[in-house]
Amino acid sequence: MGEPRTAWERFEHGADIGIRGFGRTKAEAFEQAANALVAVIGEAQPASEPPLLITLEAPDDTLLLVDFLNELLFEMTTRGWLFHRVHVTLDGHRLHASAHGGPVRFTPETAGVEVKGATYTASAVSQRADGSWLAQCVVDV
Amino acid sequence: MDRSRLHQISDVEWELPPTGDMNVPVVLYADAPLLDAMDDEVLAQAANVARLPGIVRASFALPDAHWGYGFPIGGVAAFDAEMGGVISAGGVGFDISCGVRTLLTGLTKAEILQRQAELADALAAAIPAGLGQHGALVLDDDGLDAMLEGGAAWAVAEGYGEPSDLPRIEHGGRAAGADPACVSAKAKQRQRREMGTLGSGNHYLEVQEVADVLDAAAAEGFGLVPGEVVVTIHCGSRGLGHQIGTDFLRLMTLEAEAAGWRLPDRELAAARINSPLGQRYLVAMRAGINCALANRQIVAHLARGVFADLFPAARLPLLFDVSHNTCHAELHDVEDARRMLFVHRKGATRALGPGHPDLCEELRAHGQPVLIGGSMGTESWVLAGTAASAAKAFGSAVHGAGRSLSRRQAVKRWTSREVVDALAARGILVRCRSWRGIVEEAPGAYKDVRVVVDAAHRAGLARKVARLRPLVCIKG
Repeated sequence: MGEPRTAWERFEHGADIGIRGFGRTKAEAFEQAANALVAVIGEAQPASEPPLLITLEAPDDTLLLVDFLNELLFEMTTRGWLFHRVHVTLDGHRLHASAHGGPVRFTPETAGVEVKGATYTASAVSQRADGSWLAQCVVDV
Repeated sequence: MDRSRLHQISDVEWELPPTGDMNVPVVLYADAPLLDAMDDEVLAQAANVARLPGIVRASFALPDAHWGYGFPIGGVAAFDAEMGGVISAGGVGFDISCGVRTLLTGLTKAEILQRQAELADALAAAIPAGLGQHGALVLDDDGLDAMLEGGAAWAVAEGYGEPSDLPRIEHGGRAAGADPACVSAKAKQRQRREMGTLGSGNHYLEVQEVADVLDAAAAEGFGLVPGEVVVTIHCGSRGLGHQIGTDFLRLMTLEAEAAGWRLPDRELAAARINSPLGQRYLVAMRAGINCALANRQIVAHLARGVFADLFPAARLPLLFDVSHNTCHAELHDVEDARRMLFVHRKGATRALGPGHPDLCEELRAHGQPVLIGGSMGTESWVLAGTAASAAKAFGSAVHGAGRSLSRRQAVKRWTSREVVDALAARGILVRCRSWRGIVEEAPGAYKDVRVVVDAAHRAGLARKVARLRPLVCIKG
């Protein structure tokens, strides 16, 4: 068996987009889900600002994932930012994240699509047979 | 969709009888080919909706139904508060009061074609669309609250449009009973610089030719003349609506699970209409509706400005403005009694029949205009509510074509150059701020809107009035 993957991918949803992160740990899977979210929005290189610190708590992993992605969306939307790297640590159902990025200007080549919100549809946080973690949901675009 | 569990009522009406804990049947309006192409998830989601408390008559899926969030998109469900009925943030959707408005121009196709590229460029420059594009209007706290209470009526009072627009917007341009105090600070923050913006995804502004008229009397009543041009705008409540949806979906999920509801899907989370949370969502959602109505009013004002520059003699009166992600309190006749119901329309358009008192006098004889968006390369439609539509799905009709390919499939199949060139070859100019967006919205990624409209017509949900063909398309 090879090294568990640290990666993200999209999965099919009729009208919208499924995003899925894989990691060696649950926190890495959250980070990769964040990368998948950012890639839906666009592929531009943002300016570099001091990282934004995020702290969240939720009753379970899935709610925490959706809360986390929605918090990233809120910050990017209201600041006009894009995050290029997000570091996550988890303590039970408490999340600390530092989101690195800054202001961004999209061109037609780098712009993707605006995300309205992360949803509970197809949402899951689970450990896989190889010990790696998966974090996923559908985002409404 | 597997049709084996369905009872066929007619060639365009099918029923899944209630079983287990379903309170009402599922009724699907579609012909056999549409049903065969429909996702099985539509039936599963519509059946889940039929399990919600206080649902009345049936859980409906319309000809454009597809897999949504808890509720199917293209779904209609009505709930009675006196029977413990619920209101659902997922049943309204993230883009509260997303909708369509159409403006008449009185200009001919020939007049537009003489300045088609100039018009496309001017509209693209004047109307903020796409990622990171803000409106010129920035609202402070008081301005936001006034907008959330006043809707399009607020926008008109601020100088965006004419008072004569308001009777041609649902609810006179303002959803009564909105409470900005129940809208979160985050939602307001997201909207502060987003008034008068289109957004992205499937939202658009199109300049369209009236290509065919199928109901001459209604078309005349609506001011639709073959060969003349209209402007159609599709957008919604922007960041504010999205955040209200996010906020209340979470609250409803937590409260439902704490109360021991076993939800088959968290997106189905709902609150009793008469509960404190249900009432808070209701008044916040109405604020979201007002945001969408004000937003479309401002976008229309910007479009009018462009036409005033290029075609000074043209006026752009409003034909109609209709939303397709809403929940409204409405009176309906059910089992020989008139009852107040909370009608959720998720990806479904209200369709009032002729004579309905809520229609303005100029439109009352013909029924409510039902504005159906197609795709940027094919066609859109104007339908009209029928006398029978109230008895079908609480006076509701389809809202669009629905996708046939996912966004990912579309990106794999075409390039932006191919899509733009193919549209140009058919005389359609596109202006878009995202090449990937153009491909994701390629005409081939959508179902044939004509098939959907035909099924709605045959089912009596609404009747065909006119077909519109795009000449210019502005996308985010």
